[in-house]
Amino acid sequence: MMGPQASRDEYGRLLLQHGPIDLIVEMYGDGVEVEKAYGQAQGFFQDVLDGLVGELAQLRRPVTAAYPMFQGKIAQRMARAVWPLRHDYITPMAAVAGAVADEVLAAAVRDRDLEKGYINNGGDIAVYLSPGSHLDAGVVADLPHGALSGGLSGKVRLAHDMGIRGIATSGWQGRSHSLGIADAVTVLAATAAQADAAATMIANRVNIDDPCIDRAAANSLDPDCDLGDRAVTVAVGELSEGARRSALLSGLDHARGLLAGGIIHGAMLSLGDQVATTGVTTMDDLDSREFLS
Amino acid sequence: MSEGKDLIRCDACPVLCRIRDGRAGACDRYANEAGTLVRLDPLLVAQRTLDQDGAMVPFLQSTDDWDGSLVAGAESFITGVGATTTYPDYKPAPFIVASKANGVDMITVVSEGIFSYCGLKVKIDTDRFLGDEQMAVRCEGEQVGHVSTAEYGSQMLALGGVRHLTGGSKKEGTVTCQAMLDLCQGKAVELTVDEGAGVFVQAGQAPIVDGVGEVAMRVGCGSATIGMFAPQWHGHADEVIVVDDHITGVLSEHQAGKFLGMPTAGIRVRGRRSTPGRYFQVAGHGDGWGGTDIHDPLTIVDRVEGKNAWPGLRLLMVSTTGEDSAYFVLDDDLTPQAAEMPEQLQIVVERIAENCEPALCSVLFMAGAGGSLRAGVTENPVRLTRSVRANVTRVSCGGAPVYIWPGGGITLMVDVTRMPAGSFGYVPTPALVAPIEFTLPLADYQAMGGYMDAVRSIDDVLAEGNAKSLPWRGENPWPLKPVLKPEGRQ
Repeated sequence: MMGPQASRDEYGRLLLQHGPIDLIVEMYGDGVEVEKAYGQAQGFFQDVLDGLVGELAQLRRPVTAAYPMFQGKIAQRMARAVWPLRHDYITPMAAVAGAVADEVLAAAVRDRDLEKGYINNGGDIAVYLSPGSHLDAGVVADLPHGALSGGLSGKVRLAHDMGIRGIATSGWQGRSHSLGIADAVTVLAATAAQADAAATMIANRVNIDDPCIDRAAANSLDPDCDLGDRAVTVAVGELSEGARRSALLSGLDHARGLLAGGIIHGAMLSLGDQVATTGVTTMDDLDSREFLS
Repeated sequence: MSEGKDLIRCDACPVLCRIRDGRAGACDRYANEAGTLVRLDPLLVAQRTLDQDGAMVPFLQSTDDWDGSLVAGAESFITGVGATTTYPDYKPAPFIVASKANGVDMITVVSEGIFSYCGLKVKIDTDRFLGDEQMAVRCEGEQVGHVSTAEYGSQMLALGGVRHLTGGSKKEGTVTCQAMLDLCQGKAVELTVDEGAGVFVQAGQAPIVDGVGEVAMRVGCGSATIGMFAPQWHGHADEVIVVDDHITGVLSEHQAGKFLGMPTAGIRVRGRRSTPGRYFQVAGHGDGWGGTDIHDPLTIVDRVEGKNAWPGLRLLMVSTTGEDSAYFVLDDDLTPQAAEMPEQLQIVVERIAENCEPALCSVLFMAGAGGSLRAGVTENPVRLTRSVRANVTRVSCGGAPVYIWPGGGITLMVDVTRMPAGSFGYVPTPALVAPIEFTLPLADYQAMGGYMDAVRSIDDVLAEGNAKSLPWRGENPWPLKPVLKPEGRQ
């Protein structure tokens, strides 16, 4: 059994990998401080997966009326992130990727003097910004193709004062199963865990009943999936423009609710050639896709 | 591991995913293909091609513009980089690959070893004082090793090893593992020696001692330097003192000066005389001339003897790297007075510097593969050891040649700069993960009790499409070349 692995890519970024967790860590600032931060991230990372696995059974259970109690810091963060979203079916696993990014980032920057940095956990990104600094992040509207081709649909500039420290993207062709049909839902929030959970829930709502959408029980694909026998999307056929618009507006409504509740700072939803945004997005350079508002 | 109909449990990480046929686990790295757990990550395959004269050459000079696609028709060697390991150990190694080389069927057993018993031997080319022998070498305050012997122009450090990896505190083990991993991956690591210097060590790069980058190894000790350059100084100086932390040489007293008929100059240096013209301990250790603590060379002159010295005597003082030099002429009171160095002496000082080789840090990874790793190769592990001893099995790490220590077990050393980038990893045990390959003729593999059922053809492995090619490094011997059995050995 392989333990946590650490390496560097050709840009000198720290890569941390253990089982399903893949982190890209990049810090900016004085070289010695950056190296120390990488060391701290790597040190913290050693026990991350083992800690999560120890509470995995409970983390896969839906959150109901009782606030879920956990031992690990990452698990506790997952619980905090999904708690305000519990009115729909949700388990803490909806925030796992973002919560890992948040906690490893916190360990990396502790006692360090850095300009800025980020940890990207498979598209769920935790951001560190010192006062006055900003970070530009690319946004992918078409998840499978954009991620493969490196094609970006736009970018978002996060400045320190905006209070946004998390970005997450969810879609039906992403790493996790989705109840919806969104190509991509990108959410900006105060933490990566919050963005991750919210993106999952908004992507679930980008949905419509249509015979050309193939669905299957989640546990028929992945026996341990936290979604149980809920129908997840496995294929999306040719939808009419109206159907796509309805699905997107359904998701947009949900995103607006989360924005009004102070849970997220902004969202961008895309499906086919249509894009909808709400809240603080400051996404420039979005290509010629049709905007909904 | 079987888990009922069309479901397997992946044991590659603690999540222990149950994976249905045709689907991947949560990591997208392992998948269930018709009931078999397969890895989707690329393996590193070293490839080389035949040039017109039939000699093997690396197929690309530069790795920079290579996309890692496999080259059709190139001779391939599967490295252990990305091969992963098996657990428990007695399962056959992840890849047991058959290929043809020079008409002989060769087997390469490819694995990534988890080495909790491993260390680094670090050679630092410097005469600067790093610390006394046996002193603790620290990284981030934790002891990661100690100062070993000083060899010719170099200071050895012994880092890691099981006592620091697992014998101390958890932090000591973690820091040791990280420092070793960084050094193995060619990164710079800052080390400090108790009551000694701070040194930045990076494989293949010059050491930086207390903030000063080392440029050159000394050409030799002070005595050796005199032996090399005495005739070139003769006639241009009446005395040459080569200042060195180990052995300071004095030309007119030295055998080389006597041979040239030079009169004793009467300039007596401090320290303990070893043999004529050779002095130990003329000063303390430090960052001054020739690895001593002196910055004014005249401080090592104990006295000038009037019965031998004379006014106008020309004295050259130089360090063993030629970095420091000074020229003096004795005045009427026989006191050395600084003077402009004559051109002929300047040329020889520069020649000393020219003859110094670049100072580098060398990092050798040293580990024992004599343990349970062998069980992934054969059911009878000692036969692998014997086969390596008998030069039948060639051991390589990521395709790089290794030195096998005499004595028991398979204890190897490998120059980390000859291994592919990204060869090393770690596990939280803590221990380092490194690729290791055992290559031997098929008949010998069968005879030693090898896992013949697990043997796959190299084309079969490459056809899976999850291999990544890297160009063969010409300075490394091709591992598939059969090692000839020496006469008279089994």
